[in-house]
Amino acid sequence: MSSSISAAGRGGHDADALWGGDALPYAVPSKKLGMWLFIVSDAITFSAVIFAYGYLRLASSAWPRPFETPSIVNATVMTFVLLSSSVAMVLAVRASALGKVSGAVGWLVATALGGVIFDVLHIREWLGLIGEGVRPFHNPWGTPMFGAAFFTMTGLHMLHVTIGVVYLLIIAVGFRRRKFSALDVEVSGLYWHFVDLVWMFIFPLVYLLSAKMA
Amino acid sequence: MGKAFAVVLTIITTITVAIFVSRHWWFPEVASAHGHAMDHQFVETFVGAAIGFILAQLALAAFAWKYGERKGDTRPVRIFPGGVKWLLVLTLIYVGSEIILLEFVGQKVWAAMYFTPPASDSLQVQVLAGQFAFYFRYPGPDGKFGPIHTDKIDEASANFFGIDPSDAASKDDIVTAELAVPVNKPVELLLNSKDMDHGFYVRELRVQQDMLPGMQIPMHFTPTKIGKYDIACNQLCGLGHYNMRAFLEVMSEEDYQKWIVQQASLQ
Amino acid sequence: MENMPMEVQHHHTAPTGFIRKYIFSVDHKVIGKQYYFLAIFSVFVGMVLSWLVRIHLVWPNLHIWGLGAFSPVGAPGGVMTDAYYLSLLTVHGTLMVFFVLTTAPQAGFGNYALPIQIGAEDMAFPVLNMLSFWVTFLALCSLVATLFVKDGPPISGWTAYPPLSAVGSSAGPGLGMGQNLWAVSIALFCVGSLLGALNFIVTTVDLRCKGMTLMRMPLTCWAWLITAILSLLSFAVLFAACVLLILDRNAGTSFFLPSGLLVSGQLQNHSGGSPLLWQHLFWFFGHPEVYIAIVPGFGVISHVLSVFSRKPVLGYKLVVGCLLSIGFLSFTVWGHHMFLSGMSPYSGFLFSVPTLIITIPATIISLVWLGTVYGGRLRFTTSMMFALGFVSVFVTGGLGGMFLAQPSLDIFLHGTYFVVGHFHMVMGVAAIFGMFAGTYFWYPKMFGRVLNERLGKIHFWITFVGVYCIFMPMHFIGLEGMPRRYSGFVEDSMQHLMPVHTFMTIAALITGATQFIFFFNLFWSMYKGAKATENPWESTTLEWTVPSPPPFDNFGGKVPVVYHDAYEYGDLKNGKDYVMQTDPVGQPANS
Repeated sequence: MSSSISAAGRGGHDADALWGGDALPYAVPSKKLGMWLFIVSDAITFSAVIFAYGYLRLASSAWPRPFETPSIVNATVMTFVLLSSSVAMVLAVRASALGKVSGAVGWLVATALGGVIFDVLHIREWLGLIGEGVRPFHNPWGTPMFGAAFFTMTGLHMLHVTIGVVYLLIIAVGFRRRKFSALDVEVSGLYWHFVDLVWMFIFPLVYLLSAKMA
Repeated sequence: MGKAFAVVLTIITTITVAIFVSRHWWFPEVASAHGHAMDHQFVETFVGAAIGFILAQLALAAFAWKYGERKGDTRPVRIFPGGVKWLLVLTLIYVGSEIILLEFVGQKVWAAMYFTPPASDSLQVQVLAGQFAFYFRYPGPDGKFGPIHTDKIDEASANFFGIDPSDAASKDDIVTAELAVPVNKPVELLLNSKDMDHGFYVRELRVQQDMLPGMQIPMHFTPTKIGKYDIACNQLCGLGHYNMRAFLEVMSEEDYQKWIVQQASLQ
Repeated sequence: MENMPMEVQHHHTAPTGFIRKYIFSVDHKVIGKQYYFLAIFSVFVGMVLSWLVRIHLVWPNLHIWGLGAFSPVGAPGGVMTDAYYLSLLTVHGTLMVFFVLTTAPQAGFGNYALPIQIGAEDMAFPVLNMLSFWVTFLALCSLVATLFVKDGPPISGWTAYPPLSAVGSSAGPGLGMGQNLWAVSIALFCVGSLLGALNFIVTTVDLRCKGMTLMRMPLTCWAWLITAILSLLSFAVLFAACVLLILDRNAGTSFFLPSGLLVSGQLQNHSGGSPLLWQHLFWFFGHPEVYIAIVPGFGVISHVLSVFSRKPVLGYKLVVGCLLSIGFLSFTVWGHHMFLSGMSPYSGFLFSVPTLIITIPATIISLVWLGTVYGGRLRFTTSMMFALGFVSVFVTGGLGGMFLAQPSLDIFLHGTYFVVGHFHMVMGVAAIFGMFAGTYFWYPKMFGRVLNERLGKIHFWITFVGVYCIFMPMHFIGLEGMPRRYSGFVEDSMQHLMPVHTFMTIAALITGATQFIFFFNLFWSMYKGAKATENPWESTTLEWTVPSPPPFDNFGGKVPVVYHDAYEYGDLKNGKDYVMQTDPVGQPANS
């Protein structure tokens, strides 16, 4: 049984070396495992909210479908922005692993920028809907729960995006100052991809399912 | 210490089982068709549980009595014969058979109440719960209920069901503060709530069902004993929850007819 | 920096200064004690509340000294109103379930002992650990605050079913600010629990020392790990539910509120929601929650029974398997709280199947305990007495569940004192006995002193008899259909049961008073108790290889290596009937 940490950390075929203590199983550092666990938990919170949405929508006979082409286009652009920001994140992680500090910081800022653009487009959309009379307790088209579900789900997601932007900028600054490591960049990337993934559910379930049929 | 524990535990076990078996505190007398089957299922479950209870507690007592370490004790420890194998087998047999018995054989009562539709000639009565009273509505000769308009509910004018006088179906509806039904005839209750979650609980009839606002929940049973029974609210609904009740009167057919005619005249 | 070696453990220097040492400490031992004392405070308040409500049931017109001054609205002239009964009941339940049973067994003992038991210097994320505690503390403040707002705590019970909890103060007292503070408290508690759960899992996976395979961990560590997984998954749902409730109450949404609600003569504006949705979300959390409350106790009891029987646990792997299957099954049974809720009766049948199946691993574990004690050389320390008592009360309480698991019987028993007796037996007694067993067991290590055994035995005996006297009769009056959450009993059919209530109240007061012996022992022994040795119980696990109390980094800079399973007790060899896990000499470990 190898006694050096890094050798055992490479996770040999020996079960003891993998799980026998004094080793990181599958060489997953603690911070990364911790972030994965957080993501699992947060995913369940989002799932619960989406479950509530589905439960109430299925029970409702008057769920409006108000999103016309401009809204869907806007949401599609938002999706594209978020996906692109995830690509930037991948490049940031890669650069950090290769030791390219300025490259990594640049890509991190680009990712955060993507998040900001997403937020701006989103808030513009919200303001538009509010202008049309949509509230958490009322809208001009159908059951009042439409607004409640819409603002709750997208609001919860937007909160995560905004927190992510701040998080990424902190990592960028810290990485540049050599306070944070490539691992920290990678861990923040996990969070960002998770936020993107959640949007991949919200986009079809909230927007496409409420697109105005001709 | 171990011996004292054994003695105390044995006493507790004996007293507990004795009280249950004595039926000193027990279900009230059954007044509905499905009630006997329910009580029977309880007894079946109790026998199984009591066997497990007695065996487990007395085993624990026996081991505490027997295996205390004495001063200078060098007695070797004894592993349970066969290790865990027999415990596993015992569990799977005992619990497994309990599960099969209770789950599948014992579903009859649940199925009778909820998987089978009410008899087609059931007496239908609507029940409306609200903080902190129950009201009942009979459909009258047309056999139809008018709609409940919560915005028209007015306690002051005794319009408990929010009846719109212009609804044709409501014209002959009979609203009462007491639930009366004829004996040995199937009854279907349609449970509604106007504000909170409430509960409809009649012990002797072995019926209980939560009443949720936004849903009309059907429930059917056949009362088999004439008498006056408490209907208790059994879902926490506010500060008056403990005092929210009505009466269910099971009457003979003649008495029931007299009653319903009298109630109709009071509308 | 770019290719930073992957550290398994971080080493921190000893903290200096009062604040860093005792208040904002990152030391898992301090944090564990902080959680423990938070639970002690909560159980004290929760116990007092239980006295108040039980007194009200039996002597409703009694002027309770001090209560009128504390809450002129809730108890004018010292006489409790019906609404205040429900308020105090709500705080009692919330305090006990969350701030006692979901803190001390897991975050209290687990934080203290897990790292040492697996050979680590601290938890994986010490700062996060500290944050978890202070978030939980904030949550407690928010809950306690409900006792001090004008309208008092909410009257909707610890389960907070809407519409009662969602429509606001028009539905009753305490449902305005009180309910908001309650929801905030629970939401904060969720966050604290989630962060703590994350820490426990990463610590157990990553920070075990060399030789400490998963199968060599003490069963306490398995229990804490499984509980942490349950917490991670279930509190996430409760958090969502609380957010939706807060929105319904304050943002005009209607997740849980249907249209047409007429509350106190006012037609509500809400529309489109479902009270059943709350119940699904709440109980999807709520059932794993009760296993979160008891599984640490399973771990402690398995551990303590082995130590004081001088025998290995009868089936270590089997116990691990049972804990895992109980954890898994706990997510499939939530509907058994909702048999009569109005959800489809077919789901009633579906939920009762796994509910009955969960009896299997629970029975196996109980039999393993019996089998562990069988043939041992039992040492009747106070910790052992509570462990034996745990087996007894858990069997009793668990068997009550067999009745409630069947929807047919639940038709009669739902909402009666049968349910109250059942859950108090398993949670209010068994889980608490687990905490007592753990306290009497780890106290020497935690405080470097020994609890007085004589006081401990008195505490045990009166408590053991007392809890049967309080909670067994609840099953009996439940059979008579005595409803729960009633602030008074006005039905003629219930009057003949009042003497039983009086008996239970008196038993509760006596048993409650006895707990002061424990509180006294707890605090007095910290200063005046006999000094503890390193391994007073002759126990094999790692925490007994370090001084009592341990140094700030647990092992004094030395990294332990493990060679043996956790429960090598048995026959005497060279005058010793146990082999320390760290003993390099001795029987080779079975792989």
